[in-house]
Amino acid sequence: MMEAGEAERGILNMQKLSGAQILIESLVREGAEAVFGYPGGVTLPVYDILYSHPLRHVLVRHEQNAAFAAQGYARATGKAGVCMATSGPGATNLTTGLVDALLDSIPVVAITGQVPQALIGRDAFQEADTFGISRSATKHNYLVKDVREVAQTVHEAFHIAVSGRPGPVLIDITKDVLLGKTSYSEDQPMAPLRGYRPEAEPDEEEIEQAVRFLWNAERPYIYAGGGVISSGASRELVRLSEILEAPLAHTVMGLGAMPSEHPNFISMLGMHGSYAANMGITECDALIGLGVRFDDRVTGRLDKFAPHAQVLHVDIDPAEINKNRRADLGIVGDARTVLQRLNEALESTRESLGGVRRRERLAWMAHIREMKRQHPFTFTPSDEEIKPQVLMRKLDRIAGGDAIVTVDVGQHQMWAAQLMRFNKPRLWQSSSGLGSMGFGVPAAVGAKFARPEKLVMAIVGDGGFMMSIPELGTIAANRLPVKIIVMNNNSLGMVRQWQELFYDRRYSEVFIEAFPDAHLLAAAFGLSGGTVADPADLDRALDTAFSDPGPYLLNVQVTPEECVYPMVPAGGAVSDMIMEPAAEPVGAAAGD
Amino acid sequence: MQQLISLLVENKPGALMRVAGVLTSRGYNIESLTVAKALDPTLSIMTIVAEVGETGRDLLIKQISRLVNVIKAVDLTQSRAVRREMVLIRVYVEGARRAALLTEAQIFRAHVVDASQTSYMIEATGSPDKLDALISLLRSYGPIEVVRSGAMAMARSKHNKLPVPYFSETTQAG
Repeated sequence: MMEAGEAERGILNMQKLSGAQILIESLVREGAEAVFGYPGGVTLPVYDILYSHPLRHVLVRHEQNAAFAAQGYARATGKAGVCMATSGPGATNLTTGLVDALLDSIPVVAITGQVPQALIGRDAFQEADTFGISRSATKHNYLVKDVREVAQTVHEAFHIAVSGRPGPVLIDITKDVLLGKTSYSEDQPMAPLRGYRPEAEPDEEEIEQAVRFLWNAERPYIYAGGGVISSGASRELVRLSEILEAPLAHTVMGLGAMPSEHPNFISMLGMHGSYAANMGITECDALIGLGVRFDDRVTGRLDKFAPHAQVLHVDIDPAEINKNRRADLGIVGDARTVLQRLNEALESTRESLGGVRRRERLAWMAHIREMKRQHPFTFTPSDEEIKPQVLMRKLDRIAGGDAIVTVDVGQHQMWAAQLMRFNKPRLWQSSSGLGSMGFGVPAAVGAKFARPEKLVMAIVGDGGFMMSIPELGTIAANRLPVKIIVMNNNSLGMVRQWQELFYDRRYSEVFIEAFPDAHLLAAAFGLSGGTVADPADLDRALDTAFSDPGPYLLNVQVTPEECVYPMVPAGGAVSDMIMEPAAEPVGAAAGD
Repeated sequence: MQQLISLLVENKPGALMRVAGVLTSRGYNIESLTVAKALDPTLSIMTIVAEVGETGRDLLIKQISRLVNVIKAVDLTQSRAVRREMVLIRVYVEGARRAALLTEAQIFRAHVVDASQTSYMIEATGSPDKLDALISLLRSYGPIEVVRSGAMAMARSKHNKLPVPYFSETTQAG
């Protein structure tokens, strides 16, 4: 006999719910903890449910920032971030954030409202072809025109977003579907996807080949990216580097997978990579690419990239193997699974094969460490101006390799990537592939909601910050204790750098004039903030900012004309780095 | 050179847009594209002919394959496959040459599907080369209008076959 409670629940489970209710219940069922969104006409039925629902909604100040905040949440947790917008302009505003998530393989589920079906195609108020527009902005997208499909679609969207190579999925739902009713039970079974098989298992032969390849290498080099972080393979990655006694460089997306303080770590490679990382990849004879896509900002001129190396490429997306650089051995699979198998096989053959080239490998590692020692990141010190590199080193000491750091795009991003330590994955958040200015502040908002116990700082440039000012409203309204550090060089520094180096110093439209007074701007939102320009005041200003229990906006005036070095000119070989003339190591000069 | 791609996709809204999008976003021009429901009405079969350089072909197949709605994509460019196309041709021809035209059309196993005092409409199927030859022959009779279906293809070998479920009357009856 059924208990009374169970019977009641059974009836409750089969009751008819509206599409909007089913949407929210389905989000909860898929594990959503927060929705970053902005309401509008056609999503009114959803917001009416949210009015009295425990699911947390964070009201952002612009839909683009809803998508960035969802990414901030996703990058901090590995779970899908959820954002929501209304039809038309709401949906189009989300688009940049979705393309951004697509290029960096970040799981995001975006919900957009659509005009009622009867109005679709009639140029209705706030109608846009969201399904068409988002096709190339997402991993997959849906237009839901039947209330009975809402639950299944949400389930599929989360599955697609987080599985395989993660990415954004958009669900466009018409208003009549949100208002329509159907029966809903939270344990109704979900149909499988027919065309989507994201998981691949490496076969035994591939692992054996890889093991022979690795033990035969005299100069192995590990090049690891965002795929290692997505798959949670940090421990396995470090293990591989230790077994092989091989140097390891990260892409911008990979930072934190191997602790920055690990002796085998040689920092970032590519356009603004370290000398050791770029020379190492040029000299190596075995390149192990893990969860990377041989991006042009990494490889520079392709035919001069790792010219002496045979390549082992591991990626979960078969379309990445042989895309830019031919792999001598390509393994399709999840980085963690492949590395576990590989490490096991390497351990078990270490005695028989591990010694064959060990002497060469140790000499190679010593050579790499010597390059790292002789060519650290450098800068030209100053007593009069705050040098951006000094600022990054001081922020690094505050972060201690354990804070969540979000950045925008440009010079500050590269200096932070070079000079800050990340001793765990999912601490560093950067719009790496799309390079979207205005990413850092909203991403910090999302990250803080995801990890309230963590110190979260957004390090942004003055240009990108101007794009993010509305989010001071979100931060103020939620009393969200994130720290915003503006590295202010009164210009679009990276564009200015290119104009300096390649356009004969013809500085065209790169000076951000009329930057607001940070103290007054913060105060206008009811926040604390200030500006520091004198190097003698920097420590005190940072102390004020970080000892404040609440949010803080600190504007740091740095040397206006400063270039990021080393620099590989676009299309150049990575070994042809432009080094900073007559400079000192950053570490010692910054007082480390 | 032209690449011939055979595709099994879910018959869902947007599937065609997604596949075409992979080609167009990479700047490839689609020469022809045919699509229709498979025997299982929840599936569709597409044949695409596109101008794709040798080096881009593998990547294109992989990028199409990773679409969520795509069940299988195969490259039939180099493999043994039957490739057929259909064409409708209206030829404006009058007088004594009308009889000669009909005789010549028979060489191509083309047949007349409509006729007026001043024109014939002719239907033919065959390999794209054969249809090219037919069209150029009929041009010599007078002005013509042509509608081509675009190529459809089916692999000869098991190796490249699309994994379409078999449908057999006998097993269904049983």
